[in-house]
Amino acid sequence: MAYYEEDDLQRFSEIAKHRPDLFEKFMAWYQACQEDGALTRREKALIGLAVAHAVQCPYCIDAFSQSCLEAGSNMEQMTEAIHLASAIRGGASLIHGLQAHNSVNKVSM
Amino acid sequence: MPSVLPIVQPAPILQPRTDAAFDEKLAGLGIELRSTTIDTLQVNLGKLCNQACKHCHVDASPTRTEVMTRETAESVVDAVRRFRIPTLDITGGAPELNPFFRYLVTEAQALGAHIIVRHNLTVMFQPGQESLPEFFRDQHVEVVSSLPYFLEEQTDSQRGHGVFSQSIEALRRLNAVGYGIAGSGLTLNLVYNPVGAFLPPSQNSIESDFKRELMDRHGIAFDHLYTITNMPISRFLDYLRRSGNEERYMRKLLDAFNPATLDGLMCRRLVSVDWTGKLYDCDFNQMLELNVAAELPQTIADFDPEKLARRRIMTGRHCFGCTAGSGSSCGGAVAVSS
Repeated sequence: MAYYEEDDLQRFSEIAKHRPDLFEKFMAWYQACQEDGALTRREKALIGLAVAHAVQCPYCIDAFSQSCLEAGSNMEQMTEAIHLASAIRGGASLIHGLQAHNSVNKVSM
Repeated sequence: MPSVLPIVQPAPILQPRTDAAFDEKLAGLGIELRSTTIDTLQVNLGKLCNQACKHCHVDASPTRTEVMTRETAESVVDAVRRFRIPTLDITGGAPELNPFFRYLVTEAQALGAHIIVRHNLTVMFQPGQESLPEFFRDQHVEVVSSLPYFLEEQTDSQRGHGVFSQSIEALRRLNAVGYGIAGSGLTLNLVYNPVGAFLPPSQNSIESDFKRELMDRHGIAFDHLYTITNMPISRFLDYLRRSGNEERYMRKLLDAFNPATLDGLMCRRLVSVDWTGKLYDCDFNQMLELNVAAELPQTIADFDPEKLARRRIMTGRHCFGCTAGSGSSCGGAVAVSS
């Protein structure tokens, strides 16, 4: 068995099998989050794409790449969103350098 | 209903090669697709084009030789005259390359028909076509032009190297004679279609982007942007198959089937005429050689609105392209996005 089968993308609803009530709640929430609101569908699709990269989910990256295209975004905009997600991930690692500094300082003369 | 979440829809049983599937879908809803009126004759003057776009459902190119004859063009004019057809929608190929294009426009305009020309922009730079902006203006033609995106990379990827820069220059020339300029009375509409195997965005949303970007980057104005879905036929179907996207694209269309599009489908208001004069329910059926139902008049010479106005529409799996999401027609989206 290989991990991350592409066809699994189409089978997501099978997760409903054992607790359909929970999946139904998830779906309602998930879809409502992506409708036009104070933010547009396009902005939300770009946020989704960025988060998909931050959580490194290949299914989400595939789905939100399509969503971005179908919301009218282009590769320049999508790449900027991916860079921002990556930069925040990088920054999140980097700021922990202060933890290291603090740890070292605590035992240093 | 368009979905940004194709992955979580219940997967339909995909039968992309079954032509009956669309009829079955409608039958399940208790609907039989029939035309409601005929307010437009959409005439395809032939497959000759100066471009060979990757998505072209006509398979048009500079090497095609199929073009409408003068005799057939006269039959079109005769139908416009006899039945007072309100709108003549002229397409191709590049219809301007047909030697009888200007005859057809001039005659139909004189009869009071509203003329739409599906103009690819770059044909303006072909020998003998330089005066097209002035000709369009003088004949009060509504110009509808494809520009799949406001950036060069995407446009050239679909329509050919150098097409974007020529299209921008052509749009400037159309603007210069008044097209797309408020108060001029000259209408310039653009057409967006996806550069690949995905659905178009919301028409209102992408129109705002096009207006802002084309004005800011190039000083170009236009009236409306139509979003059109790529049909899974002809050259685009070849692309889908070669790229391994056919099944996924068909599933996308099926998942996005929206009954609210049915009232606005173009087949319900127009009759399509091919370069030989044969009649079809739409330009896509024309390319598939799916003629109007056998019991109906088959050619423009036999055109009879009484018999054609309430006709049963011939359908196939490609019809899912016009009913996906906000729908698709020669006039863009047909249903409000949900």
